[in-house]
Amino acid sequence: MKKLINDPTDVVTEALQGMELAHSDLLKVSYDPHVIVRADAPVQGKVAIVSGGGSGHEPMHGGFVGYGMLDAACPGAVFTSPTPDQVQAATEAVDGGAGVLHIVKNYTGDIANFEMAGELAEDASVRTVVINDDVAVEDSLYTAGRRGVGGTVLAEKICGAAAERGDDIDAVVALCERVNANVRSMGMALTSCTVPHAGEPTFELGDDEMEIGIGIHGEPGRERMKLEPADAIVARLLEPIIGDLPFSDGDRVLLFVNGMGGTPLLELYVAYRAAHALLADRGITVERQLVGNWITALEMAGASLTVLKLDDEMIELWDAPVHTPALRKGR
Amino acid sequence: MSVGNEQITTFLQRFAAEVAEHRRLLTRLDSAIGDADHGENMHRGMQAALSRLEGDNPAALLKAVSMALISKVGGAAGPLYGTAFLRASKAVEGKDALEAADLVAALDAAFEGVKQRGKSDRGQKTMLDALGPALDAARKAVDGGADVSDALRRAAEAADRGKRETVPVQAQRGRASYLGERSIGHQDPGATSTAMLIACMTGDDELITAAAEDASDKPPEQGPGVEDT
Repeated sequence: MKKLINDPTDVVTEALQGMELAHSDLLKVSYDPHVIVRADAPVQGKVAIVSGGGSGHEPMHGGFVGYGMLDAACPGAVFTSPTPDQVQAATEAVDGGAGVLHIVKNYTGDIANFEMAGELAEDASVRTVVINDDVAVEDSLYTAGRRGVGGTVLAEKICGAAAERGDDIDAVVALCERVNANVRSMGMALTSCTVPHAGEPTFELGDDEMEIGIGIHGEPGRERMKLEPADAIVARLLEPIIGDLPFSDGDRVLLFVNGMGGTPLLELYVAYRAAHALLADRGITVERQLVGNWITALEMAGASLTVLKLDDEMIELWDAPVHTPALRKGR
Repeated sequence: MSVGNEQITTFLQRFAAEVAEHRRLLTRLDSAIGDADHGENMHRGMQAALSRLEGDNPAALLKAVSMALISKVGGAAGPLYGTAFLRASKAVEGKDALEAADLVAALDAAFEGVKQRGKSDRGQKTMLDALGPALDAARKAVDGGADVSDALRRAAEAADRGKRETVPVQAQRGRASYLGERSIGHQDPGATSTAMLIACMTGDDELITAAAEDASDKPPEQGPGVEDT
Protein backbone atom coordinates (compact mmCIF):
# COMPACT_ATOMS: atom_id res chain seq x y z
CA MET A 1 0.00 0.00 0.00
CA LYS A 2 1.52 3.30 -1.08
CA LYS A 3 1.34 6.17 1.35
CA LEU A 4 2.51 9.74 1.38
CA ILE A 5 4.51 9.44 4.60
CA ASN A 6 8.07 9.32 5.89
CA ASP A 7 8.82 6.94 8.74
CA PRO A 8 5.52 5.32 9.75
CA THR A 9 6.21 5.91 13.44
CA ASP A 10 6.45 9.67 12.86
CA VAL A 11 3.20 10.10 10.95
CA VAL A 12 1.09 11.66 13.68
CA THR A 13 3.78 14.03 14.93
CA GLU A 14 4.66 15.18 11.42
CA ALA A 15 1.01 15.65 10.49
CA LEU A 16 0.49 17.76 13.59
CA GLN A 17 3.51 19.86 12.71
CA GLY A 18 2.05 20.36 9.25
CA MET A 19 -1.33 21.33 10.64
CA GLU A 20 0.22 23.80 13.02
CA LEU A 21 2.13 25.48 10.21
CA ALA A 22 -0.85 25.49 7.86
CA HIS A 23 -3.27 26.89 10.44
CA SER A 24 -1.09 28.92 12.77
CA ASP A 25 -3.78 31.59 12.96
CA LEU A 26 -6.26 29.09 14.38
CA LEU A 27 -4.32 26.46 16.32
CA LYS A 28 -1.53 25.84 18.79
CA VAL A 29 -0.14 22.33 18.95
CA SER A 30 1.84 20.80 21.78
CA TYR A 31 3.84 17.62 21.41
CA ASP A 32 4.44 16.26 24.89
CA PRO A 33 1.75 15.09 25.02
CA HIS A 34 0.00 15.65 21.68
CA VAL A 35 -2.77 18.21 22.02
CA ILE A 36 -4.33 20.64 19.51
CA VAL A 37 -5.71 23.79 21.12
CA ARG A 38 -7.44 26.85 19.66
CA ALA A 39 -5.02 29.74 19.34
CA ASP A 40 -6.88 32.04 21.73
CA ALA A 41 -7.40 29.44 24.48
CA PRO A 42 -8.41 29.66 27.23
CA VAL A 43 -11.45 31.73 26.37
CA GLN A 44 -12.45 33.14 29.73
CA GLY A 45 -16.02 32.68 30.84
CA LYS A 46 -16.92 30.31 27.99
CA VAL A 47 -17.70 26.61 28.32
CA ALA A 48 -14.77 24.79 26.75
CA ILE A 49 -15.31 21.74 24.58
CA VAL A 50 -12.72 18.99 24.30
CA SER A 51 -12.85 15.91 22.16
CA GLY A 52 -10.38 13.40 20.86
CA GLY A 53 -9.80 10.02 19.41
CA GLY A 54 -7.43 8.12 17.23
CA SER A 55 -5.65 9.90 14.43
CA GLY A 56 -6.62 8.76 10.96
CA HIS A 57 -10.13 10.22 10.95
CA GLU A 58 -9.16 13.72 9.84
CA PRO A 59 -10.49 16.31 9.83
CA MET A 60 -12.07 14.89 12.97
CA HIS A 61 -11.18 16.13 15.57
CA GLY A 62 -8.16 18.44 15.10
CA GLY A 63 -9.67 20.05 12.02
CA PHE A 64 -12.62 21.17 14.13
CA VAL A 65 -10.61 23.20 16.64
CA GLY A 66 -11.31 26.91 16.55
CA TYR A 67 -13.99 29.53 17.00
CA GLY A 68 -17.45 28.09 17.31
CA MET A 69 -16.53 24.43 17.57
CA LEU A 70 -13.85 22.61 19.63
CA ASP A 71 -11.48 24.29 22.06
CA ALA A 72 -9.12 21.32 21.99
CA ALA A 73 -8.64 17.95 20.36
CA CYS A 74 -6.53 15.02 21.61
CA PRO A 75 -5.05 12.99 18.75
CA GLY A 76 -4.09 9.45 19.68
CA ALA A 77 -1.89 7.15 17.64
CA VAL A 78 -3.59 6.09 14.40
CA PHE A 79 -6.90 4.41 15.27
CA THR A 80 -5.85 4.34 18.95
CA SER A 81 -7.55 6.18 21.79
CA PRO A 82 -5.68 9.15 23.22
CA THR A 83 -4.22 8.75 26.69
CA PRO A 84 -5.47 10.41 29.88
CA ASP A 85 -2.49 12.73 30.07
CA GLN A 86 -3.43 14.15 26.67
CA VAL A 87 -7.00 14.69 27.80
CA GLN A 88 -5.85 16.23 31.05
CA ALA A 89 -3.43 18.58 29.30
CA ALA A 90 -6.12 19.62 26.82
CA THR A 91 -8.65 20.23 29.58
CA GLU A 92 -6.26 22.38 31.58
CA ALA A 93 -5.24 24.37 28.52
CA VAL A 94 -8.77 25.40 27.59
CA ASP A 95 -10.50 25.74 30.93
CA GLY A 96 -11.93 29.26 30.96
CA GLY A 97 -13.61 28.89 34.33
CA ALA A 98 -17.07 28.06 33.02
CA GLY A 99 -16.66 24.30 32.91
CA VAL A 100 -15.38 21.84 30.34
CA LEU A 101 -17.41 19.42 28.23
CA HIS A 102 -15.80 16.23 26.99
CA ILE A 103 -17.52 14.86 23.90
CA VAL A 104 -16.55 11.20 23.76
CA LYS A 105 -17.34 8.69 21.05
CA ASN A 106 -18.56 5.38 22.36
CA TYR A 107 -15.50 3.17 21.95
CA THR A 108 -14.12 1.19 24.89
CA GLY A 109 -10.70 2.77 24.69
CA ASP A 110 -11.99 6.33 24.28
CA ILE A 111 -14.41 5.96 27.18
CA ALA A 112 -11.81 4.41 29.48
CA ASN A 113 -9.10 6.97 28.73
CA PHE A 114 -11.42 9.96 29.09
CA GLU A 115 -12.79 8.53 32.33
CA MET A 116 -9.31 8.11 33.72
CA ALA A 117 -8.50 11.68 32.80
CA GLY A 118 -11.58 12.81 34.69
CA GLU A 119 -10.47 10.89 37.77
CA LEU A 120 -6.93 12.21 37.64
CA ALA A 121 -7.93 15.84 37.06
CA GLU A 122 -8.34 18.06 40.05
CA ASP A 123 -9.44 21.54 39.06
CA ALA A 124 -11.73 21.63 36.06
CA SER A 125 -15.39 20.90 36.46
CA VAL A 126 -15.64 18.37 33.68
CA ARG A 127 -18.83 16.96 32.24
CA THR A 128 -18.98 14.19 29.70
CA VAL A 129 -21.44 13.30 26.97
CA VAL A 130 -21.02 10.04 25.07
CA ILE A 131 -22.03 9.95 21.41
CA ASN A 132 -23.49 6.65 20.22
CA ASP A 133 -25.38 7.31 17.01
CA ASP A 134 -24.44 4.24 14.94
CA VAL A 135 -27.43 1.95 14.33
CA ALA A 136 -25.40 -0.77 12.61
CA VAL A 137 -24.55 -3.00 15.55
CA GLU A 138 -25.23 -3.20 19.26
CA ASP A 139 -22.10 -4.37 21.10
CA SER A 140 -19.33 -4.67 18.59
CA LEU A 141 -15.70 -5.69 18.84
CA TYR A 142 -14.65 -2.37 20.36
CA THR A 143 -17.70 -1.14 22.19
CA ALA A 144 -20.40 -1.87 24.68
CA GLY A 145 -23.52 -0.54 22.99
CA ARG A 146 -23.51 1.56 19.86
CA ARG A 147 -20.51 3.27 18.33
CA GLY A 148 -20.11 7.02 18.03
CA VAL A 149 -19.67 8.08 14.44
CA GLY A 150 -20.94 10.89 12.17
CA GLY A 151 -23.24 12.35 14.78
CA THR A 152 -20.11 13.45 16.63
CA VAL A 153 -19.31 16.05 13.97
CA LEU A 154 -22.78 17.55 14.23
CA ALA A 155 -22.69 17.56 18.03
CA GLU A 156 -19.34 19.35 18.01
CA LYS A 157 -20.58 22.09 15.67
CA ILE A 158 -23.91 22.65 17.40
CA CYS A 159 -22.51 22.55 20.94
CA GLY A 160 -19.52 24.61 19.93
CA ALA A 161 -21.89 27.33 18.76
CA ALA A 162 -23.88 27.17 21.99
CA ALA A 163 -20.72 27.53 24.04
CA GLU A 164 -19.54 30.42 21.86
CA ARG A 165 -22.78 32.36 22.42
CA GLY A 166 -22.34 31.99 26.17
CA ASP A 167 -24.61 29.11 27.21
CA ASP A 168 -23.70 27.67 30.58
CA ILE A 169 -22.34 24.15 31.09
CA ASP A 170 -25.71 22.63 32.02
CA ALA A 171 -27.28 24.01 28.86
CA VAL A 172 -24.44 22.81 26.63
CA VAL A 173 -24.55 19.34 28.18
CA ALA A 174 -28.31 19.13 27.74
CA LEU A 175 -27.98 20.25 24.14
CA CYS A 176 -25.30 17.66 23.44
CA GLU A 177 -27.49 14.95 24.88
CA ARG A 178 -30.42 16.20 22.80
CA VAL A 179 -28.35 16.09 19.61
CA ASN A 180 -27.16 12.59 20.46
CA ALA A 181 -30.70 11.46 21.15
CA ASN A 182 -31.89 12.76 17.77
CA VAL A 183 -29.15 11.64 15.43
CA ARG A 184 -28.63 8.26 13.75
CA SER A 185 -25.94 6.97 11.39
CA MET A 186 -24.76 3.99 9.43
CA GLY A 187 -21.80 3.42 7.15
CA MET A 188 -20.46 1.03 4.55
CA ALA A 189 -17.11 0.21 3.01
CA LEU A 190 -16.02 -0.63 -0.50
CA THR A 191 -12.43 -1.20 0.56
CA SER A 192 -10.47 -1.55 3.75
CA CYS A 193 -7.74 0.84 4.86
CA THR A 194 -4.09 0.42 5.81
CA VAL A 195 -2.72 1.74 9.09
CA PRO A 196 0.75 3.26 8.43
CA HIS A 197 2.80 1.03 10.71
CA ALA A 198 0.89 -2.13 9.81
CA GLY A 199 1.63 -2.19 6.09
CA GLU A 200 -1.46 -4.29 5.38
CA PRO A 201 -5.19 -3.58 5.17
CA THR A 202 -7.11 -4.08 8.39
CA PHE A 203 -9.43 -6.57 6.68
CA GLU A 204 -9.95 -8.23 3.34
CA LEU A 205 -12.82 -7.30 1.05
CA GLY A 206 -13.24 -8.90 -2.38
CA ASP A 207 -13.38 -6.86 -5.57
CA ASP A 208 -17.11 -7.37 -5.85
CA GLU A 209 -17.92 -7.10 -2.17
CA MET A 210 -18.94 -4.40 0.26
CA GLU A 211 -19.33 -4.39 4.04
CA ILE A 212 -22.47 -2.80 5.44
CA GLY A 213 -22.46 -1.26 8.87
CA ILE A 214 -18.72 -0.67 9.33
CA GLY A 215 -17.32 1.54 12.05
CA ILE A 216 -14.71 4.22 11.52
CA HIS A 217 -11.76 1.87 11.97
CA GLY A 218 -13.13 -0.58 9.46
CA GLU A 219 -14.45 -2.85 12.16
CA PRO A 220 -17.03 -5.33 10.99
CA GLY A 221 -20.67 -4.41 10.80
CA ARG A 222 -23.90 -6.11 9.91
CA GLU A 223 -22.91 -8.05 6.86
CA ARG A 224 -20.67 -8.54 3.91
CA MET A 225 -22.38 -8.80 0.57
CA LYS A 226 -22.04 -8.34 -3.14
CA LEU A 227 -21.71 -4.78 -4.37
CA GLU A 228 -24.94 -3.06 -5.40
CA PRO A 229 -25.72 0.22 -7.18
CA ALA A 230 -25.52 3.37 -5.10
CA ASP A 231 -29.29 3.81 -4.78
CA ALA A 232 -29.65 0.34 -3.28
CA ILE A 233 -26.73 0.89 -0.92
CA VAL A 234 -28.20 4.16 0.29
CA ALA A 235 -31.51 2.43 0.98
CA ARG A 236 -29.70 -0.26 2.99
CA LEU A 237 -28.15 2.46 5.16
CA LEU A 238 -31.09 4.82 5.38
CA GLU A 239 -33.91 2.37 6.16
CA PRO A 240 -32.42 1.28 9.49
CA ILE A 241 -31.60 4.91 10.32
CA ILE A 242 -35.15 6.06 9.62
CA GLY A 243 -36.69 3.15 11.43
CA ASP A 244 -34.52 3.49 14.51
CA LEU A 245 -35.29 6.95 15.89
CA PRO A 246 -37.78 6.78 14.17
CA PHE A 247 -37.84 9.66 11.73
CA SER A 248 -41.32 10.39 10.44
CA ASP A 249 -43.43 12.38 8.06
CA GLY A 250 -43.10 16.08 8.80
CA ASP A 251 -39.67 15.87 10.44
CA ARG A 252 -37.04 18.44 9.49
CA VAL A 253 -33.57 16.99 9.27
CA LEU A 254 -29.92 17.63 8.55
CA LEU A 255 -28.68 15.11 6.00
CA PHE A 256 -24.98 14.38 6.28
CA VAL A 257 -23.36 12.24 3.57
CA ASN A 258 -19.84 11.48 4.68
CA GLY A 259 -16.96 10.02 2.71
CA MET A 260 -14.70 7.55 4.49
CA GLY A 261 -11.69 9.17 2.82
CA GLY A 262 -11.21 7.18 -0.37
CA THR A 263 -14.50 7.85 -2.16
CA PRO A 264 -14.68 10.76 -4.61
CA LEU A 265 -17.02 13.66 -4.06
CA LEU A 266 -18.60 12.73 -7.38
CA GLU A 267 -19.85 9.52 -5.79
CA LEU A 268 -20.86 11.16 -2.54
CA TYR A 269 -23.21 13.42 -4.49
CA VAL A 270 -24.70 10.41 -6.27
CA ALA A 271 -25.40 8.99 -2.84
CA TYR A 272 -26.77 12.30 -1.62
CA ARG A 273 -29.31 12.36 -4.46
CA ALA A 274 -30.59 8.94 -3.46
CA ALA A 275 -30.73 9.80 0.22
CA HIS A 276 -32.56 13.04 -0.39
CA ALA A 277 -35.15 11.29 -2.57
CA LEU A 278 -35.74 8.52 -0.08
CA LEU A 279 -36.30 11.00 2.72
CA ALA A 280 -38.62 13.10 0.55
CA ASP A 281 -40.66 9.97 -0.16
CA ARG A 282 -41.27 9.69 3.56
CA GLY A 283 -42.28 13.29 3.93
CA ILE A 284 -39.03 14.15 5.68
CA THR A 285 -37.69 17.58 4.82
CA VAL A 286 -33.95 18.14 4.47
CA GLU A 287 -33.40 21.59 5.96
CA ARG A 288 -29.61 21.50 6.24
CA GLN A 289 -26.88 19.49 4.57
CA LEU A 290 -23.27 18.40 4.93
CA VAL A 291 -21.42 16.48 2.21
CA GLY A 292 -17.76 15.54 2.12
CA ASN A 293 -14.99 13.83 4.04
CA TRP A 294 -15.55 14.83 7.64
CA ILE A 295 -15.02 11.65 9.68
CA THR A 296 -12.79 9.33 7.72
CA ALA A 297 -10.86 6.10 8.04
CA LEU A 298 -7.62 6.94 6.24
CA GLU A 299 -8.08 5.97 2.59
CA MET A 300 -11.04 3.63 3.04
CA ALA A 301 -13.50 3.83 0.17
CA GLY A 302 -17.02 4.02 1.41
CA ALA A 303 -19.55 6.38 2.89
CA SER A 304 -21.70 6.90 5.92
CA LEU A 305 -25.05 8.60 6.27
CA THR A 306 -26.08 10.61 9.30
CA VAL A 307 -29.52 12.08 9.82
CA LEU A 308 -30.22 14.57 12.60
CA LYS A 309 -33.75 15.58 13.54
CA LEU A 310 -33.64 19.35 13.78
CA ASP A 311 -35.42 21.89 15.90
CA ASP A 312 -35.26 25.68 15.58
CA GLU A 313 -32.46 26.00 18.11
CA MET A 314 -30.30 23.38 16.44
CA ILE A 315 -30.79 25.10 13.08
CA GLU A 316 -29.70 28.42 14.54
CA LEU A 317 -26.62 26.86 16.10
CA TRP A 318 -25.76 24.92 12.95
CA ASP A 319 -25.88 28.19 10.99
CA ALA A 320 -23.84 30.13 13.56
CA PRO A 321 -20.37 31.36 12.59
CA VAL A 322 -17.49 28.93 12.85
CA HIS A 323 -13.82 29.17 11.94
CA THR A 324 -11.75 26.00 12.08
CA PRO A 325 -9.34 24.44 9.60
CA ALA A 326 -12.07 22.20 8.21
CA LEU A 327 -15.28 24.19 8.60
CA ARG A 328 -15.66 27.91 8.13
CA LYS A 329 -18.69 30.10 7.67
CA GLY A 330 -19.84 33.50 8.79
CA ARG A 331 -16.32 34.68 9.69
CA MET B 1 8.74 -13.55 53.60
CA SER B 2 7.48 -10.07 52.92
CA VAL B 3 7.59 -8.09 49.75
CA GLY B 4 9.25 -4.69 49.44
CA ASN B 5 10.42 -2.37 46.71
CA GLU B 6 13.31 -4.61 45.78
CA GLN B 7 11.13 -7.62 45.04
CA ILE B 8 8.58 -5.52 43.18
CA THR B 9 11.30 -3.96 41.05
CA THR B 10 12.68 -7.38 40.18
CA PHE B 11 9.23 -8.62 39.20
CA LEU B 12 8.53 -5.59 37.02
CA GLN B 13 11.86 -5.86 35.27
CA ARG B 14 11.13 -9.51 34.55
CA PHE B 15 7.68 -8.67 33.23
CA ALA B 16 9.10 -5.97 30.97
CA ALA B 17 11.63 -8.46 29.62
CA GLU B 18 8.99 -11.11 29.02
CA VAL B 19 6.72 -8.64 27.26
CA ALA B 20 9.62 -7.54 25.07
CA GLU B 21 10.43 -11.12 24.21
CA HIS B 22 6.86 -12.18 23.56
CA ARG B 23 5.44 -9.03 22.05
CA ARG B 24 4.95 -10.65 18.66
CA LEU B 25 2.90 -13.39 20.27
CA LEU B 26 0.74 -10.84 22.02
CA THR B 27 0.29 -8.93 18.80
CA ARG B 28 -0.55 -12.10 16.86
CA LEU B 29 -3.20 -13.00 19.40
CA ASP B 30 -4.51 -9.46 19.17
CA SER B 31 -4.58 -9.51 15.39
CA ALA B 32 -7.03 -12.38 15.41
CA ILE B 33 -9.55 -10.85 17.76
CA GLY B 34 -8.50 -7.27 18.33
CA ASP B 35 -6.72 -4.43 16.64
CA ALA B 36 -3.29 -6.05 16.50
CA ASP B 37 -1.39 -3.73 18.80
CA HIS B 38 -1.38 -5.36 22.25
CA GLY B 39 2.23 -6.52 22.07
CA GLU B 40 3.65 -3.21 20.89
CA ASN B 41 1.49 -1.21 23.27
CA MET B 42 2.46 -3.25 26.33
CA HIS B 43 6.12 -3.21 25.32
CA ARG B 44 6.11 0.55 24.95
CA GLY B 45 4.33 0.93 28.29
CA MET B 46 6.61 -1.40 30.20
CA GLN B 47 9.74 0.21 28.76
CA ALA B 48 8.43 3.56 29.96
CA ALA B 49 7.65 2.01 33.35
CA LEU B 50 11.20 0.67 33.70
CA SER B 51 12.60 4.15 33.52
CA ARG B 52 10.28 5.36 36.29
CA LEU B 53 10.75 2.66 38.90
CA GLU B 54 11.10 4.91 41.89
CA GLY B 55 9.20 5.43 45.08
CA ASP B 56 9.57 5.41 48.82
CA ASN B 57 7.44 2.32 49.25
CA PRO B 58 5.54 -0.31 47.25
CA ALA B 59 2.51 1.95 46.84
CA ALA B 60 4.60 4.70 45.27
CA LEU B 61 6.33 2.23 42.99
CA LEU B 62 3.05 0.71 41.82
CA LYS B 63 1.62 4.16 41.22
CA ALA B 64 4.64 5.15 39.12
CA VAL B 65 4.10 2.05 36.97
CA SER B 66 0.43 2.87 36.67
CA MET B 67 1.15 6.38 35.40
CA ALA B 68 3.66 5.09 32.85
CA LEU B 69 1.21 2.53 31.51
CA ILE B 70 -1.66 5.00 31.40
CA SER B 71 0.32 7.53 29.43
CA LYS B 72 2.17 5.21 27.08
CA VAL B 73 0.04 2.17 26.31
CA GLY B 74 -3.11 3.77 24.94
CA GLY B 75 -6.15 1.96 23.56
CA ALA B 76 -8.05 -0.15 26.05
CA ALA B 77 -5.09 -1.93 27.68
CA GLY B 78 -3.55 1.32 28.94
CA PRO B 79 -6.48 2.33 31.14
CA LEU B 80 -7.10 -1.26 32.20
CA TYR B 81 -3.58 -2.08 33.32
CA GLY B 82 -3.11 1.47 34.54
CA THR B 83 -6.19 1.15 36.74
CA ALA B 84 -5.08 -2.27 37.98
CA PHE B 85 -1.75 -0.89 39.19
CA LEU B 86 -3.30 2.31 40.51
CA ARG B 87 -5.89 0.48 42.63
CA ALA B 88 -3.28 -2.02 43.82
CA SER B 89 -1.16 0.93 44.85
CA LYS B 90 -3.98 2.45 46.89
CA ALA B 91 -4.65 -0.89 48.57
CA VAL B 92 -1.14 -1.01 50.02
CA GLU B 93 -0.77 2.66 50.88
CA GLY B 94 1.72 3.48 53.63
CA LYS B 95 3.31 0.05 53.97
CA ASP B 96 7.00 -0.60 53.50
CA ALA B 97 6.70 -4.36 53.34
CA LEU B 98 3.75 -6.36 52.07
CA GLU B 99 2.52 -9.56 53.67
CA ALA B 100 0.31 -12.26 52.21
CA ALA B 101 -2.90 -10.49 53.15
CA ASP B 102 -1.66 -7.33 51.41
CA LEU B 103 -1.09 -9.33 48.24
CA VAL B 104 -4.70 -10.45 48.29
CA ALA B 105 -5.91 -6.93 48.95
CA ALA B 106 -3.87 -5.61 46.04
CA LEU B 107 -5.12 -8.28 43.64
CA ASP B 108 -8.68 -7.71 44.79
CA ALA B 109 -8.44 -3.97 44.28
CA ALA B 110 -6.85 -4.47 40.87
CA PHE B 111 -9.57 -6.90 39.83
CA GLU B 112 -12.40 -4.60 40.89
CA GLY B 113 -10.69 -1.67 39.20
CA VAL B 114 -10.38 -3.45 35.88
CA LYS B 115 -13.99 -4.63 36.09
CA GLN B 116 -15.22 -1.09 36.58
CA ARG B 117 -12.93 0.53 34.06
CA GLY B 118 -13.62 -2.03 31.36
CA LYS B 119 -17.31 -2.42 32.22
CA SER B 120 -16.68 -6.11 31.93
CA ASP B 121 -16.67 -9.25 34.04
CA ARG B 122 -15.39 -12.82 34.10
CA GLY B 123 -16.42 -15.08 31.26
CA GLN B 124 -16.25 -12.35 28.60
CA LYS B 125 -12.87 -13.38 27.25
CA THR B 126 -10.71 -10.63 28.77
CA MET B 127 -7.81 -10.19 31.17
CA LEU B 128 -10.31 -10.69 34.00
CA ASP B 129 -10.42 -14.36 33.07
CA ALA B 130 -6.82 -14.63 34.25
CA LEU B 131 -6.90 -12.03 37.01
CA GLY B 132 -10.08 -13.38 38.64
CA PRO B 133 -8.80 -16.94 39.10
CA ALA B 134 -5.46 -15.54 40.30
CA LEU B 135 -7.25 -13.55 42.96
CA ASP B 136 -9.39 -16.52 44.04
CA ALA B 137 -6.38 -18.80 44.31
CA ALA B 138 -4.33 -16.27 46.26
CA ARG B 139 -7.18 -15.63 48.67
CA LYS B 140 -7.80 -19.32 49.23
CA ALA B 141 -4.11 -19.98 49.77
CA VAL B 142 -3.70 -17.14 52.24
CA ASP B 143 -6.85 -18.13 54.12
CA GLY B 144 -5.28 -21.54 54.44
CA GLY B 145 -2.14 -20.06 55.98
CA ALA B 146 0.11 -19.91 52.92
CA ASP B 147 2.92 -17.38 52.75
CA VAL B 148 3.38 -14.84 49.94
CA SER B 149 5.57 -17.09 47.87
CA ASP B 150 3.15 -19.99 47.97
CA ALA B 151 0.15 -17.79 47.37
CA LEU B 152 1.82 -16.31 44.30
CA ARG B 153 2.52 -19.75 42.87
CA ARG B 154 -1.13 -20.75 43.27
CA ALA B 155 -2.20 -17.45 41.73
CA ALA B 156 0.10 -17.91 38.73
CA GLU B 157 -1.12 -21.45 38.11
CA ALA B 158 -4.73 -20.32 38.28
CA ALA B 159 -4.07 -17.35 35.98
CA ASP B 160 -2.52 -19.64 33.42
CA ARG B 161 -5.47 -22.02 33.56
CA GLY B 162 -7.84 -19.06 33.23
CA LYS B 163 -5.91 -17.85 30.22
CA ARG B 164 -6.22 -21.23 28.49
CA GLU B 165 -9.90 -21.36 29.28
CA THR B 166 -10.51 -18.21 27.24
CA VAL B 167 -9.78 -20.17 24.07
CA PRO B 168 -13.25 -21.61 23.41
CA VAL B 169 -15.10 -18.56 24.63
CA GLN B 170 -16.84 -16.26 22.21
CA ALA B 171 -15.99 -12.62 22.88
CA GLN B 172 -19.06 -11.08 24.49
CA ARG B 173 -18.70 -7.91 22.60
CA GLY B 174 -18.66 -9.74 19.34
CA ARG B 175 -21.68 -11.83 20.13
CA ALA B 176 -23.91 -10.56 17.41
CA SER B 177 -21.28 -9.87 14.86
CA TYR B 178 -19.39 -11.76 12.22
CA LEU B 179 -16.11 -11.36 14.04
CA GLY B 180 -17.59 -12.51 17.33
CA GLU B 181 -17.87 -16.09 16.16
CA ARG B 182 -14.39 -15.91 14.75
CA SER B 183 -13.09 -15.17 18.24
CA ILE B 184 -13.76 -18.75 19.29
CA GLY B 185 -10.62 -20.85 19.27
CA HIS B 186 -8.28 -17.94 19.95
CA GLN B 187 -6.62 -17.28 23.28
CA ASP B 188 -7.32 -13.81 24.60
CA PRO B 189 -4.29 -11.49 24.39
CA GLY B 190 -5.18 -9.58 27.58
CA ALA B 191 -5.56 -12.80 29.55
CA THR B 192 -2.19 -13.87 28.18
CA SER B 193 -0.33 -10.75 29.26
CA THR B 194 -2.02 -10.96 32.68
CA ALA B 195 -1.02 -14.58 33.11
CA MET B 196 2.54 -13.54 32.27
CA LEU B 197 2.33 -10.69 34.79
CA ILE B 198 1.26 -12.97 37.64
CA ALA B 199 3.84 -15.59 36.70
CA CYS B 200 6.58 -12.96 36.77
CA MET B 201 5.63 -12.20 40.37
CA THR B 202 6.79 -15.70 41.30
CA GLY B 203 10.11 -15.41 39.51
CA ASP B 204 9.72 -19.07 38.56
CA ASP B 205 11.05 -19.73 35.05
CA GLU B 206 8.78 -22.69 34.40
CA LEU B 207 5.66 -20.83 35.39
CA ILE B 208 6.75 -17.86 33.32
CA THR B 209 7.34 -20.01 30.26
CA ALA B 210 3.95 -21.65 30.63
CA ALA B 211 2.25 -18.30 30.96
CA ALA B 212 3.64 -17.16 27.62
CA GLU B 213 2.33 -20.20 25.78
CA ASP B 214 -0.40 -19.93 23.19
CA ALA B 215 -3.02 -22.63 23.63
CA SER B 216 -5.24 -21.41 20.80
CA ASP B 217 -7.01 -24.01 18.67
CA LYS B 218 -6.63 -21.94 15.56
CA PRO B 219 -3.68 -20.01 14.17
CA PRO B 220 -4.15 -16.27 14.37
CA GLU B 221 -5.64 -14.96 11.16
CA GLN B 222 -3.49 -12.81 9.01
CA GLY B 223 -3.84 -9.26 10.21
CA PRO B 224 -1.91 -6.03 10.46
CA GLY B 225 1.18 -6.12 12.59
CA VAL B 226 1.65 -9.85 12.26
CA GLU B 227 5.22 -10.50 11.19
CA ASP B 228 6.58 -13.83 10.11
CA THR B 229 9.16 -14.95 12.63
